[in-house]
This record gives sequence, structure tokens and C-alpha cells, in this order.
Amino acid sequence: MSLLSNATVLLGKELRTEFRSRELLTTTVVFILMVVVLFSFTFDTSSGESRKFAPGLLWLAFLFAASLMLQPCFLREQSNDTLSALRLSVSDPFAIFLAKLAANTLFLLFTELLMLPVFSILFNVPVGGVVAPLILVFFLGSLGISVAGTALSAISAQARMRELMLPILLLPLLTPVLIASAEATAALLDPAPAFRKDWIGFLAIFDVVFLTALWLFGEYLLEE
Amino acid sequence: MSGPASAPGIRFDKIDKRYGGLYALRRVSLEIAKGECVALVGRNGSGKTTLLRIAARLSRPTAGTVTFVGGLAGDDSRPVPAGFVAHATMLYDELTAEENLLLFGRLLGVPEISARATELLRDIDLYDRRASMLRTFSRGMRQRVAVARALLHRPPVLLLDEPATGLDTASVEWLARTLRQLRDSGCTILMSLHGQSEISALATRAVRLDAGAVVADSADGGSVAAILNVSVAG
Amino acid sequence: MANRAIWGALVVLLVIAAAYASFFIAPTENSMGEIQRIFYLHAASGWAGMTAFFVCFVANIFYVLRRKQKYDWMGVSAAEVGLAFTTVLLITGPIWAHPVWGIWWTWDARLTSTFILWMLYIAYLLLRGMVEEPDRRALLSAVFGIFAFIDVPLVFGAIRWWRTQHPQPVIMGGPGSGLEPTMRNVFFFSVLAMHALMVLLLSERYRLEKTRDEFLEVQREAEAG
Repeated sequence: MSLLSNATVLLGKELRTEFRSRELLTTTVVFILMVVVLFSFTFDTSSGESRKFAPGLLWLAFLFAASLMLQPCFLREQSNDTLSALRLSVSDPFAIFLAKLAANTLFLLFTELLMLPVFSILFNVPVGGVVAPLILVFFLGSLGISVAGTALSAISAQARMRELMLPILLLPLLTPVLIASAEATAALLDPAPAFRKDWIGFLAIFDVVFLTALWLFGEYLLEE
Repeated sequence: MSGPASAPGIRFDKIDKRYGGLYALRRVSLEIAKGECVALVGRNGSGKTTLLRIAARLSRPTAGTVTFVGGLAGDDSRPVPAGFVAHATMLYDELTAEENLLLFGRLLGVPEISARATELLRDIDLYDRRASMLRTFSRGMRQRVAVARALLHRPPVLLLDEPATGLDTASVEWLARTLRQLRDSGCTILMSLHGQSEISALATRAVRLDAGAVVADSADGGSVAAILNVSVAG
Repeated sequence: MANRAIWGALVVLLVIAAAYASFFIAPTENSMGEIQRIFYLHAASGWAGMTAFFVCFVANIFYVLRRKQKYDWMGVSAAEVGLAFTTVLLITGPIWAHPVWGIWWTWDARLTSTFILWMLYIAYLLLRGMVEEPDRRALLSAVFGIFAFIDVPLVFGAIRWWRTQHPQPVIMGGPGSGLEPTMRNVFFFSVLAMHALMVLLLSERYRLEKTRDEFLEVQREAEAG
């Protein structure tokens, strides 16, 4: 079976598993909400100030949430050694990564979009006219987080102190995503919204670079 | 369950497997002919699991090669993977029995997967429980589904790692019956075992490993039973 | 043995010569005064560190493709040496900044990016500490090392671009740009000296790692009997 059809089948399984238990989504949403509320105590949440600080803090919350949400990604494949079953069944090991990173992107995007209206209300930042471009920024940013995160999750699953190792590995690596996403988001939330093609293009480049790196080197992470 | 028309043999050529400084396998060379049913015995830590995982291409040897000799190539000229039954079930607890089979069947590209899954579920006598989550199954039931998973694509080579561990008598009998059928239809089987049982009785050859090396092989003369017996005592 | 001592001595001499040059040959800078001389150490260390990280990157790729232990030895050695030089850069930054601007730290583009770089390679070493089995450790850290290095231009790019929109005091301009000829010569000499030091440290560290692994090998063989 081809890479894409394998990846699609696996993606279906990842989604079905999550929709049954909803445990990843619910815990991630609650976590982001909690972080956002805590952030609100750290600055003056008038509309003007919020526009300055909130986009960065929002993306920081997404990053922290992701570094927790990505933990089970490969860990859960260890309990019954289902990773071996997958490796035996797929034609290209990259299909495993492709499916997981697609699933993780969708999960992250879902929680982010759920948070958007909440964020808008809590911080008095209207998002009405810029929803579509915001979704694009959220998508590209989440994709970057997922590509790097899925790869690093495969690494940390094989290390000790894995709950801490994943954030330690992931957060510095994602600095470019944090900056680009926060800037693009801030520009869109400005009273005079601007579509920052430079930052959005940069996010796309990040995504392509790491997707390629994962395609080239991912299979070595699954080896025994 | 029927095996393929022409099964390949397995050739292990000077296999080394190191973990850090320890050799799990040391210059293991073994030639398993087509259609043989080989029992691999030895103490815990003798290298049986490692050898099987290398044969399954899950594990990369530090040195040496493993080849499937004279077998069918897949459609895309990729060698057909062996069927592998491990100590772990290699199945998703949060999916149903049927979903597990459909998932792996689709990944493998098994044609008419729904019919094949149904056929296998009936063969393992779990068709009624096909819609139950795997986590509700007993060990014996899970092992049966694991064997079904291994056989989805009618592999010409079957690798089993202590398949009867933790199984109830009925399941062991079922496994013995299944393996006999596969052996008789020409499947090449390599299975690691702990001593004698209904399963070991199926073996046409026995190989004993100790500390990562082959120390006895019934193909060199000597009986299968003798080698199996030694491992029970030792 | 004698060879190593000779090379070591030569490198030390080179470094001393560079230090002398930066104190006594290079002219005093107009606006910042004497403290600017730390620039030669600061910038040269930075470059030597980057070269070491590049060596780590190449070693990582070779390890993944060839699986020879020597590439793993080179990888960890280069990462540690790179980290050492990068630490020098991060420390000399504030030492320079304080007398000039009255602040210890400025989040200027280069310093900030270097800080992230530093964290990436700290993470690399931490990861190695968390994986017991040597072959696994080598492979996992090699792949992470590759990811970390390809991230570096993205980090530097993003932070530089971001800083153009949120400017801060810049600790130093581009190397060699706007530098008066004598200063430029001293700068390049310092870079050379730091690289020589880097190579020396790298080879010594590599030797250490090689010996350590070989010793462990012998020990295990002896225990296995």
C-alpha cells in the first residue's frame, strides 16, 4: 500500500481513538484555559495592553499545552508494542509519522480554535473580521509544532525523565514558530489588522524544512 | 487457514547483535529450509527473542545479514513481511477485535479485507466478540487475535515468540491445531519455546541457543526431542 | 605524546599572541573605550563555537548513515567544545554591555539567538544523559543534533527579523564590517587563534571519549569471560 493510503488509514485510527475517549482534547483544552487565566494576572488586561502581550502569551500557552499533549504520542504505542505491529504492516515508516503529525496538528488546531472566542472575550480583543487569516496562522503554527513535536516525542519516549525531556528538547527548537506565530497573530489582532506575509511565509518554510528532515531521518527514530 | 504455495527459507548469516557492550547474539549462522517448522529453545536471555525480532526485520543486526531465500516477492517487489506473534499482543486495546484486524489488514494491503477479517474471526472462534474492545478479552483470546493479525496477509513465514505463555489449555490446543495446518500447507515456521508441549511436538527441527550462540541443532544429527529435553533440565 | 605537547604549546602561544594583539596592537575604539577590546574574544569565541557545532552536525549525519562509534565520539566532543565557546560568548556579552549601557543583558538579536543555540546543545547533552544504551543514545542524539542544527538558521533569522521591528541596543555590529583595518586584522587573528584552541580541545576531548569507550569495552569483555 502506498505511503499516503497507509497514512490515511493510520490517521483514521488516531482520530477514531481520540473521539472515543476524548481524553487528549479535553485535558489540553482545560490546560490552555488554565494557563490563559493565570496569564491574565500578569498584566493589565485592558484592550490596549492585551493586544501587546496576549498573542505571545497565547502562543506560549499553545506551546506548553503541546509539549504535554504530545507525550502519549509514542508512549501509548509502547504498552502493547503496537509500534512493532505498525512497523511490520506499513510499506514506509514515514507513514506512521505522517499520520501522527496530521492527527496532532488537527488536535492542536481544534483546541486553539475552541480557545479563540474565550480568549477574545477574556482579553477584550475582537477577532470578528480576521477569523479566516487567523485560522491560517493557527494551522501553520500548529503544523510546525506537530512536526517537530511528533519527532521529538519519538525520541523522548526512549529516554528517562521523558515528561521533562520533551519540553526541554521541543521548546528551544520551536522558538522560530513562537516568534512568527505570535507576530502574525498580533498583526491580525491589531486595530488596523495586517496580514503579515513575511511571518506566514516563514512559518511555511519552517514547516517544510522540518517535514523534510523528519522524512529523511524519522525511520531511524523507530529502529531497535 | 491455508499457507502460501511456495514459502521461502530463512538464512541467518553471522548475525551479531550488541546492546552496549553485551552481545545478545554472537556470530549466529543458521539456515532454515522452506517449510521447516523449527523450535528455538534456550534459557531466558539466550537470544531467542532477539533472533526472532531480527528475522522479523524489527531489529537491525549489528553485523551479519538475514535473508528470506527463494520466496515470493510482494507486488511492489518489496519482500512480503513475515507474520510475527510476540510476547506482547501488538494490538490496540482501545479498538475492537474486528477494528484491529481491519486496521492492520488495510495497512498491509490485504485484498477484500472485510471478508478476510471475518474469515479469520470465525477461524479463531471469536466472531461473536468481534465488536468488543480488546481490553475486555482474556489473555488467551487476545493471543488468538494476535495470531489472526499475524496471518492476515497469508505470510509465507511465521515467527512466534513463546506463543503459548499464559494461555489456557483450550487456547493452546487451538494454537497447536492452527500451527499444524500452517506447517502442513508449507509455511516456514520459527518459534521460540520453553520446553516440551503440544506446540513443540509440531517441530521438525530444534535449535538450542545459549548466551547468544547456537549450541545444539537437530539438523546436525540427534533428535528434536533430545534438544527440547535438555532445555527443560537446564 | 611529545607531538601533542608541542601542538598544545603552539596553540597556547597563538592564543596568548591574539590576546596581546587585542590589548596592545588594536587601537582603542572611539565610543566605548577599552572595554571594547573584549569584542575580539567575544566574537572569535562565537565563531569557534559555531564551527564546533557544525562539526557536530556533520558527525551526527555520518553516524546516522555509517553507525561507526567514532562519529558519536566526535559528535559529543564537538557539542561540548561548542558549548564551552558559546558560554564564553554569553558571559563576555554582559561584561561588555554593563560598562557601555549600564545594563547587564540586552536581548539583542545575536545574543538572544546564541542563547537559544546554547539551550539546544544543553538539551542535546541532557538527552544523552537520559539514554542508557550506547547505540540508542548515539542514534537518538545524532538525529536530535541534526534537527537542532538545521533549526539554527531559522532561530537566527526569526530573531533578527523580529528585532528589526522591536529594536534594542546592539552589542556588536557585523564582524569585520565597519572595523578599521588594524582592528579587522586583530579580529581575524583572534578568530584563527580561537579556532586553533577549538581544534585542540576537540581532539583532546575526542581522545578522552575514545579511551573511555575502549576501556569500558575491555572491562565488559573481561566480565563476560
